[in-house]
Amino acid sequence: MAEKTMRDAINEALHQAMAADESVFVIGEDVAGCNGSPSGKVGEVGGVFGVTSGLYKAFGPNRCIDTPISESAIVGAAAGAALVGMRPVAEIMFADFIGVCMDQIVNQMGKFRYMFGGKSKCPAVIRFASGGGFSAAGQHSQAMYQVMTSFPGLKVVVPSNAYDAKGLLLQAIQDDDPVLFFEPKVLYQEACEVPDEMYTIPFGEAAFVREGDDCTVVAFGQMVPRAAQAIDALEAEGISCDLIDPRTTSPLDTDAILESVEATGRLVVVDEAPPRCGLTADIAGLAADRAFKSLKGPIKQVSAPHSPTPFSPELEAAYIPDAAKIMAAIKETMA
Amino acid sequence: MSLNKEGLLRAYRQMKTIREFEDRTHVEIMNGQIAGFTHLYTGQEANAVGVCEHLDDEDTIISTHRGHGHCIAKGADVIGMMAELFGSSEGLCKGKGGSMHVADVEKGILGANGIVAGGPPISVGAALAAKIRDNGRVAISFSGDGSVNQGTCFEAMNLAVVLKVPAVFVIENNYYSEHTNIDYAVGCDDLKARTEGFGFPVFVADGSDFFSVYEAAAKAIAHAREGTGPAGIFAEQGRFHGHFVGDPEHYRADGEINDLRENACCLKNFRARMAETGELSEAELDAVDSEVMALIEEAVSGAKAAARPTPEQVTEDVYINYGAA
Repeated sequence: MAEKTMRDAINEALHQAMAADESVFVIGEDVAGCNGSPSGKVGEVGGVFGVTSGLYKAFGPNRCIDTPISESAIVGAAAGAALVGMRPVAEIMFADFIGVCMDQIVNQMGKFRYMFGGKSKCPAVIRFASGGGFSAAGQHSQAMYQVMTSFPGLKVVVPSNAYDAKGLLLQAIQDDDPVLFFEPKVLYQEACEVPDEMYTIPFGEAAFVREGDDCTVVAFGQMVPRAAQAIDALEAEGISCDLIDPRTTSPLDTDAILESVEATGRLVVVDEAPPRCGLTADIAGLAADRAFKSLKGPIKQVSAPHSPTPFSPELEAAYIPDAAKIMAAIKETMA
Repeated sequence: MSLNKEGLLRAYRQMKTIREFEDRTHVEIMNGQIAGFTHLYTGQEANAVGVCEHLDDEDTIISTHRGHGHCIAKGADVIGMMAELFGSSEGLCKGKGGSMHVADVEKGILGANGIVAGGPPISVGAALAAKIRDNGRVAISFSGDGSVNQGTCFEAMNLAVVLKVPAVFVIENNYYSEHTNIDYAVGCDDLKARTEGFGFPVFVADGSDFFSVYEAAAKAIAHAREGTGPAGIFAEQGRFHGHFVGDPEHYRADGEINDLRENACCLKNFRARMAETGELSEAELDAVDSEVMALIEEAVSGAKAAARPTPEQVTEDVYINYGAA
């Protein structure tokens, strides 16, 4: 099986989904690129991270649609097209720009089905480049999925590798509910084996990345490879851990997490976002509520500090949790 | 532009239905039968009907939180709507949406909307779908004078022009965004010119006159269906009630509402026109009135008798499928 980067895996999923279903189209800022340019090289860009590369040339301007910089209109257009039966995949570039189009995501597409008495569907996917690691500072680095997970009506996906990214995106496109798809941008260049054919990964089914007896570690997105690194290092010290990658934060595979915590008696939750009202607190609360009697040590939360993401590479390295911090947390709950 | 007798009767019936629906809704709110915030469309009926008479179920509209009129004009079931306002599980949206979110996607009603200028971007999406499918459909967004100062309205208008989609932006100027007059809230003198600045034609209508709106809408919708891009309709007509039911209306001039009701009533104007042209007799119009009164009575008695939702229904219809919890 061929190794592919996460960028190429997502790109392949988009090509295949658009070829398989005429109602699928891609819309966003520079998803084709160079429209209106004197160079005449329309379609040369394929998104600022190159994820939609080649779609314009393969499917033309009606299915790979460049927009002005207007995030509310992009999400609204995706939502409206989905309400009348299309399957749009919109790109909002950096996840931080959710701030610009929050209403269209939360109040509009996320609530249609409920407010309309279940008589509609909104099969729109909104893709984002998510998270820190590029010294992109406070407005281009946030892992907004934890905030969006709090809104019922939206499904939220956070892949941690190329294989999952392809299967989860194909599932997102065929899903009849609105899906927010957060691509950890530091992982775009990471490769693993990815099948050429189309396949889907169901939402709400966590992946067990490592299996062990002493501690349960739950990590999201770019924290998954870092947690794996920490767990592998601890093996030399005789500590073995379950590493659970939920892959979707809404729906969340609570059964997998609780069953593992009941077996190991310990829990460490890792996310790159700040701590307050976040996923780490959410999952810690879940375990405290529903698996308290099996706990043998304190639940540890590993997250960024409660600050915006800094610019300076040294500061950002200190900000985003690394393997050392995850190892320390695992040892603390074992102590 | 002329309508046959059937068309004229239908237009009058639709306007009268909206008027009676709203007047009765007002009464039932005062009787404590309807909860929440309700924004009545009374007085603006000709706007909705003048536009929607050009549409069928495959065309779409998106509305505002003053949306009852648009939904009725587009063919929403009046009995289901009243049940929805009463919060019944037999309502059009099973009591989940209420007054501000009446929707019926099967009939091309993409929902009333509680966010000012929340609708225009969504309508551009429906128009984009029509363009991609090349099916000749148009997408109408109704929004008020309050919406034209919202960024989402600007974004939607610009995107519609850039993508050349068959969207029609109907701006209903009732002079007030909540309690603030358009003279204060719009920073330029010529709102029509400002809208045309986005790059599409705008047709102006007198919202107290069904025929004026009908003709402006014919031009705008024909332009959109041609496939070269969006169009706009500006309809001016004051509302007969406050922003919401219960609004003390401190912003109104003395006699303003009486003047509107006397001199700018689309129903009176329609009847006067029929008397002048003889196209419909008074008896025919009176018969429509009786029919409408009976329908509204049926809707209210039906809503009062309809089933109330149960606690189990709180979490229904959030997702189509969710997988693990």
